[in-house]
Amino acid sequence: MSLHIQNARVVDTVDNSERVIDIYLQSGKIVGLGSAPNGFRAEKKIDAQNRLVLPGLIDCQARLRDPGEPEKANIESETLAAISNGITSLCVPPDTQPPIDNSATVELIHHRNEVFGHRARVYPIGALTRGLGGEQLSNMASLRGNGCIAFSNAKQPLASNLVQRRAMDYAAGEGALVIIQPLDHDLLGDGCAHEGAIATRLGLPAIPEAAETAALARDIVLVEQTGVRTHFGQLSCARSVEMLRRAKDKGLPISADCAIHQLFLTDHDIGDFNSNVLTIPPLRSQYDRDALREAVAEGIIDCLCSDHQPHEVDAKLKPFPSAQPGISGLDTLLPLALRLVAEEVLPLGSLIARLTSNPAGILGLPGGKISVGEVADLIIVDPDSHWICDPARFVSKGKNSPFGGWDFHGSVTHTLIDGNVIYQADQPR
Amino acid sequence: MDSSLQLDDKGRLRHFLSIEGLDQAILNEILDTAASFTSVTDRTIKKVPILRGKTVANLFFEASTRTRSTFELAEQRLSADILSLNVDTSATVKGESLLDTLQNLEAMQIDMFVIRHRDSGSAHFFAQHVRPGVSVLNAGDGQHEHPTQAMLDMYTIRHYKQDFTNLRVAIVGDILHSRVARSQIHALNLLNTAEVRVIAPRTLMPVAVESLGVRVYNDLEQGLADVDVVIMLRLQKERMRGALLPSEKEYFRKYGLSQERLQRAHPDAIVMHPGPANRGVEIESSVMDGKQSVILQQVSFGISVRMAVMSMIVGQSRRQKRADA
Repeated sequence: MSLHIQNARVVDTVDNSERVIDIYLQSGKIVGLGSAPNGFRAEKKIDAQNRLVLPGLIDCQARLRDPGEPEKANIESETLAAISNGITSLCVPPDTQPPIDNSATVELIHHRNEVFGHRARVYPIGALTRGLGGEQLSNMASLRGNGCIAFSNAKQPLASNLVQRRAMDYAAGEGALVIIQPLDHDLLGDGCAHEGAIATRLGLPAIPEAAETAALARDIVLVEQTGVRTHFGQLSCARSVEMLRRAKDKGLPISADCAIHQLFLTDHDIGDFNSNVLTIPPLRSQYDRDALREAVAEGIIDCLCSDHQPHEVDAKLKPFPSAQPGISGLDTLLPLALRLVAEEVLPLGSLIARLTSNPAGILGLPGGKISVGEVADLIIVDPDSHWICDPARFVSKGKNSPFGGWDFHGSVTHTLIDGNVIYQADQPR
Repeated sequence: MDSSLQLDDKGRLRHFLSIEGLDQAILNEILDTAASFTSVTDRTIKKVPILRGKTVANLFFEASTRTRSTFELAEQRLSADILSLNVDTSATVKGESLLDTLQNLEAMQIDMFVIRHRDSGSAHFFAQHVRPGVSVLNAGDGQHEHPTQAMLDMYTIRHYKQDFTNLRVAIVGDILHSRVARSQIHALNLLNTAEVRVIAPRTLMPVAVESLGVRVYNDLEQGLADVDVVIMLRLQKERMRGALLPSEKEYFRKYGLSQERLQRAHPDAIVMHPGPANRGVEIESSVMDGKQSVILQQVSFGISVRMAVMSMIVGQSRRQKRADA
């Protein structure tokens, strides 16, 4: 299969310059930029006039709920949601049921994606400990051999600092990447909202900032000691950004992401106990939100993810503290990200890096770049199409989103994986 | 807080969920209506037909003695049919969801729900999901609000002090976990109380509590200086666990209300307690039974205040039905 994309608006992720070029794809790879390689004959042409062409988005944290929670979502529904929204690679945390702590589960996920999936690349993240129980190390080497791209204990606590240190040491020896969502479970307690004036007013059990920062401080010390490559996921606090900045200045092998909703919502959005904004870590203050935005712009936070957590209706149809946390995020990752550019938080090229080349580099995944020889995972985006977010119309099975009614610009017209058009919008939104 | 849920488009009570979101006029109307009911409760035949033909369901997902019994008495005196469920021991234990419990009861033509539940926001949740015309009264949601308790406290204060605008009021104790304190703070501020103080050890004081419009004290003796009203909160014994406090003994030594400490307050100061009190933990027996204590009066005012709120809600829904017809 060969394909010729004409008049593509392409943005450089380093200097943010923009140019309009033709892109030539063959046998799943990008074979020419600007001019066709010798002897190239296009079987198909797409005119991308006035449209952006981006590498397919790489979502470094998305729960597909498969295996184990079909009432919430499954690989079929969520890979369709991904490709419809320009996400070509999904990294799946290990807290499936059963957890991703054995080769059979890894194979099951790969098999399901092959049979039911919509061609998106699905990358399992292995459990750091058996059953995510926090006590015994998982078979990291074997799991890696089976295709786990990194190891994490998701949101489950480790039994002790000793277990954590040994897990990190072992992973370092394997050359594996560890992904940590810093969270001190004692300080988290039964909290469900950021500790501050809003939680006080609403009488909601509060989650102090230290639930994240105390854990992060320990984690950074252990990175320093073990030398393991570590990625911190879904940060929420201004103070975490400061700690990250200092650790990066020291040259520690660390990187970080934050969930895109943290850049738009704060604890004020809880309003009248809106359970759709219940997340862990919680939405924090305006001050934290602004610091996270700045950190994303500066690159202290390397990646943006959807932190996709689809739920069935009943999971949210409860009083706030009893509802299940998480936002269905695949359908809003790209439009929210583009909004950051419109709000002048960062230029488009830098934004694209946070969603593509940075996660690809950190996680060691193909794609993420538009350059000759690179795998042809590309998306075509109409940046001007205007639509109003209606969660009921999400492609994801999870309709739990607080972004209903938001004004968005930009939608995906084509998604290509391995040079094949696997999604084409019937009509722009 | 969005007030549209508990008020109709004419600004009248549709539900009674939180003091926050109400205005001074409604609070005064509740207090005035309650005053008119006090005469009913003093009569030999203590009934009026305001809720005749209406069914009120009391859903207590958490244990309660005095709130529940005063609600039931208020309902009886308004001639309502009453269904009281101790939900703790019934369906939800068997896995029925909160919403299913609600809908099953709605199918029994309930007109009004009185709800206590451990989750903050549960009363709002119910109000968001009942059929139009059905009302929800919050009898305590988690650590959020307990608005009828606050209104009976306001009634008590007005009864003894008439005017709020020159009062200093101190709320003492476990502010962090107290829904009563939150409702009282909103009510006192809406009624233009000159100064509202909260007094507690740091571990029982919520973060940024001053944003609710209070002055914060960690020292009881300083906080009591020249106050006109002292509201003591119950200290739950569970608080010793989880390292919030060292011991009951030390708590009493620092935050217990004794006769001696009460002397720092204004000589005419009244002492209140939403009950049930722990004698010797947060309050000395001689203060509780002393001449400045109005604790038992609070309980009896509770009936008229709850009658007032329910009658205002029904009056409203009756008007609404007439307007719909």
